[in-house]
Amino acid sequence: MEDFGKIVFSAFIVWFTLVVGLIMLPAMFGISLGITEVYMKVLVKTLEWATLRIQRGSTEQQKPTTLVSNGIILRDDGSMEKEIADLRKGRSRPQINGEFELSDIFYFSKKGFESIVEDEVTQRFTSEELVSWNLLTRSNNNFQYISLRISIIWVLGVFIRYCILLPLRVTLAMIGLSWLVIGASLVGLLPNNRLKNWLSELVHLMCYRICARGLSATICYHNKENRPMKGGICVANHTSPIDIVILANDGCYAMVGQEHGGLLGIIQRAIVKACPHVWFERSEMKDRNLVTKRLRNHVADKAKLPILIFPEGTCINNTSVMMFKKGSFEIGGTIYPVAIKYDPRFGDAFWNSAKYNMVSYLIRMMTSWAIVCDVWYLPAMNRQEEESAVQFANRVKAAIARQGGLVDLSWDGGLKRAKVKDAYKEEQQKSYSKMIVGDHSS
Amino acid sequence: MGSRASTLLRDEEIEEIKKETGFSHSQITRLYSRFTSLDKGENGTLCREDFQRIPELAINPLGDRIINAFFPEGEDQVNFRGFMRTLAHFRPIDDHEKNKDPNVSEPLNSRNNKLLFAFRLYDLDKDDKISRDELLQVLRMMVGVNISDDQLGSIADRTIQEADQDGDSFISFTEFIKTANTSLEPWARLPGTTLHHCHC
Repeated sequence: MEDFGKIVFSAFIVWFTLVVGLIMLPAMFGISLGITEVYMKVLVKTLEWATLRIQRGSTEQQKPTTLVSNGIILRDDGSMEKEIADLRKGRSRPQINGEFELSDIFYFSKKGFESIVEDEVTQRFTSEELVSWNLLTRSNNNFQYISLRISIIWVLGVFIRYCILLPLRVTLAMIGLSWLVIGASLVGLLPNNRLKNWLSELVHLMCYRICARGLSATICYHNKENRPMKGGICVANHTSPIDIVILANDGCYAMVGQEHGGLLGIIQRAIVKACPHVWFERSEMKDRNLVTKRLRNHVADKAKLPILIFPEGTCINNTSVMMFKKGSFEIGGTIYPVAIKYDPRFGDAFWNSAKYNMVSYLIRMMTSWAIVCDVWYLPAMNRQEEESAVQFANRVKAAIARQGGLVDLSWDGGLKRAKVKDAYKEEQQKSYSKMIVGDHSS
Repeated sequence: MGSRASTLLRDEEIEEIKKETGFSHSQITRLYSRFTSLDKGENGTLCREDFQRIPELAINPLGDRIINAFFPEGEDQVNFRGFMRTLAHFRPIDDHEKNKDPNVSEPLNSRNNKLLFAFRLYDLDKDDKISRDELLQVLRMMVGVNISDDQLGSIADRTIQEADQDGDSFISFTEFIKTANTSLEPWARLPGTTLHHCHC
């Protein structure tokens, strides 16, 4: 028994040293030993091979192959006026503007049916469907036995992901977070001077790099010259809490958020000692003016790090960008938009908070193949003279959507949980009323 | 290829639904996937709240009427078969169906059945005629608070006057067909029907 205990212990020491030496230390200093690159190459090759086999398999079984188009129905994009006019064309009588027709009902029922079959909003709150299976059970909606080889690869994949990668990643994550807490607290003991700021940035960067390795994250940063500067506000589309790790790997930001309890609270309290982040108590969050004031003060101080804000307010599934809340755009200060796009083949980064809590989400992340994403830094934007905060927010949103190849929606991400406002229905009723009453006022 | 969640839907069921509604195999599996994603309670049926959760439907002025069309008389749940049966009215009329054997019963998405479906959106009490009140109700839903009762009343009167041919002050189905003579084709094009409508 003793011998066994000793063997296990020494194996553990060896493994731990390997982890520290090969992964942690290079990560801390931003060097790469190339292990991840090799892993990714092998992974891509395997997935491509699996895709081909599955395609061949399904044609052999003569299942009807549909092109997975982005939608199941083709929608007319016309305005209400145009479509109702089209419906009325079949009439034998001449059309008089400002009349009601029985056929008008077809417009509303058609729109209703279309939205039942497929709508733009509810699909954004569940994970994106993949074109081809990526050998993860979770993204498989219909597991069919394709071939023995695919199944073997899949079993191998499960073993690798759960027995090799998961413990490794958990260790790295724990090291990274503990280092953050300890390092930040130590730096916090120093008096406020340039050295402290430099050390604080170093501690943050190192720890986020370790965490990124802990997720096997391969991040590609584009247009680094547009990186957010001090005294600015960085806005990005939100897919998961991991966005923070992704962005903080390449720069230091001041976080904004609610104070939490538990582990997250410990981290929050530690890092605020090293450099000023903006944490609000739950009661303070409700007071919009207070929030704006504090952020404005932070931004006004040009020595402070840029704030990181996710104006959508909730996690969306990375196929679209939903309404940006105007609060962040009223603060003033330069906005640095950032677009983040994850590659869904390697792992589904979207946090469906209705389905998974934080811990199960993190475990899902750590048992994916990898997190691969692109980050684009967009040129800075400022609010124009006659622009309202809402218009400015929409302009920034459009730029981010365009860069990331995402659908630009004006629907509120809050519809995940809340009901839609009646005001939209009333708008439609108003437009229709104008049509049937015509231009002569009632 | 991304085959959808048909694990819970047996092949025989898919065949039955195909016969009844005319949707293709892949359309049925995709719509089943949609059905399950709407079914938050995960009990195989949809209730009215599940439909209301679709924002675009919730803001549709006729949203409630359309949702009602899915639920059989007095019931609060609709299963997948019922869901598909109602959606079948929505399927565009295929060319190869137009020359079908007249002895076979009319497909659910025939022009006639589409008009009947729209007629029933007006005719709430199902007495096969649209009364002035029923017409007013639908008008009120579509215009909200923007038109006065008087004006709406005169619009309804004018419509009935034009459509009513037998002078009973109601709009029967035949009168409805004559008046609401639209082309109907703009009604939803499913790309699936043009891609593979032959080998179903």
